[in-house]
Amino acid sequence: MMLDLLFRALLGGVGVAAVAGPLGAFVVWRRMAYFGDTLAHSALLGVALGFLFDINLNLAVVVLCVGLALVLVTLQKKHFIATDTLLGILAHSSLSLGLVAVSFLDNIRIDLMAYLFGDLLAISMSDLYWIYAGGALVILLLMLFWKPLLAMTVNEELAKVEGYPVEAIRLLLMLLVALVIAVAMKIVGVLLITSLMIIPAATARKVSNSPVQMATMASVIGCLSVCGGLWASYRWDTPAGPSVVVCAAFLFLFIYSLPKMNRV
Amino acid sequence: MKPLITFDDIGIEFDGRALLSHIQIKIHEGEIVTLIGPNGSGKSTLIRILLGLQIPTSGEVVYHGKTRIGYMPQKLHIDPTLPLSVTDFLSLVRKVDKHQIPEVLAKVGIEKLAKKQVHFLSGGETQRVLLARALLNRPNLLVLDEPVQGVDVNGQVELYNLISSIRDELQCGVLMVSHDLHLVMAKTDTVVCINQHVCCSGTPQHVTGHPAYQALFGIPGAAESIAIYSHHHDHVHDENGEVLAADDIVPHKHGTSCQHS
Repeated sequence: MMLDLLFRALLGGVGVAAVAGPLGAFVVWRRMAYFGDTLAHSALLGVALGFLFDINLNLAVVVLCVGLALVLVTLQKKHFIATDTLLGILAHSSLSLGLVAVSFLDNIRIDLMAYLFGDLLAISMSDLYWIYAGGALVILLLMLFWKPLLAMTVNEELAKVEGYPVEAIRLLLMLLVALVIAVAMKIVGVLLITSLMIIPAATARKVSNSPVQMATMASVIGCLSVCGGLWASYRWDTPAGPSVVVCAAFLFLFIYSLPKMNRV
Repeated sequence: MKPLITFDDIGIEFDGRALLSHIQIKIHEGEIVTLIGPNGSGKSTLIRILLGLQIPTSGEVVYHGKTRIGYMPQKLHIDPTLPLSVTDFLSLVRKVDKHQIPEVLAKVGIEKLAKKQVHFLSGGETQRVLLARALLNRPNLLVLDEPVQGVDVNGQVELYNLISSIRDELQCGVLMVSHDLHLVMAKTDTVVCINQHVCCSGTPQHVTGHPAYQALFGIPGAAESIAIYSHHHDHVHDENGEVLAADDIVPHKHGTSCQHS
């Protein structure tokens, strides 16, 4: 029974880390860390709305995240306030709104801690299906649109002049971030999701010479963090989500403390 | 020569303030046109209109036949967290045939840099990589926004020579933006001076060959390769770029430091 539980946690965690890695690389390259955080914070509001209207929670989170991303882009274009301030306002007000909304759901008991920090050991089979179906979709879209996504990341104007549909690609990237948040929410919780995207990707930078290599290494490093974190959680009875993040941070420190490698 | 594109009476306004008005320029196949003008004169805006990145408030860009634009932006900023070799960078061109890459790298003289990370390129190398990317689009019109930015003087001369030899080989039109007045002229067919409107245009030879202009602006004994661009305005701008009315212009008063008669 215990082993079964751990095995499911491991499967779920590895699935999420494998997807979060490559997308995290884009988040790092495009400096979207705070943007990802904002979407993740709003995910709790999505959960509350999902309960309220009795729709699939993951779907509710994806829809809310994409909606918020669109609002954000529209407000950004108006330039009436700096982007980081705007992100801060949206992140914390949507998180608070989510917490308030959850308190109104008194006929349903929600394990708030599980949504905020993840509950790796409570993963059900249906969660696993969702993680692998959602994850496969994200990876498939990333592979299909790899070149336009990368071209836009390198230089938006150049990409536009060469005929890439830049606006649509930007939207796709937001949709992918939203999907990953919905997928990863159960594992590390809304407050820690971004870390699972950016820490492995940042670690991978040190050992990569090409974008594909960095995306792949980010997946591998993310999976190692999940394994290490789960082992620590099992060994010392620590909370699983935060243990995974701590493990990722240790890997980051370890790899960056290695002597500098010669790059071409 | 066949015309490629025409800026037909282009004007653009921001918040009711005209940045460009009544721009009329024609670019032909095999012709190098250089836009010069001070900072904020609207050179880059005009380029952005041509590229479709900005919509003009009035007028239109007329494309005569099929125009394939190869665009070289002012500079390349790639986030240091993104590992990218020169070949990776060039592979991002839409619908590129990757077998072309070594050939184009050789054409711009940087075949040795194929595997080098873009963050470790010098200014001149970066400009050549950007030129290579523009060429991979198989253009019949090259649009170069300050192509020699961040390059030392020798490198600038080499780059202008390279651009002109590429023009000879591909017979493409070239539209360049520059704010250096001297080096660029030797390799230019037509100079268009803009400051919110077209101030004047013509061949640099015609302008620089004129003795009266040389007396006013020329450096005696300037080398052949450095053609000096000079021109005579029939109007005067104030510091905001507005054209002053004729009676507002204070005529030149001779002083002791005057070099002319």
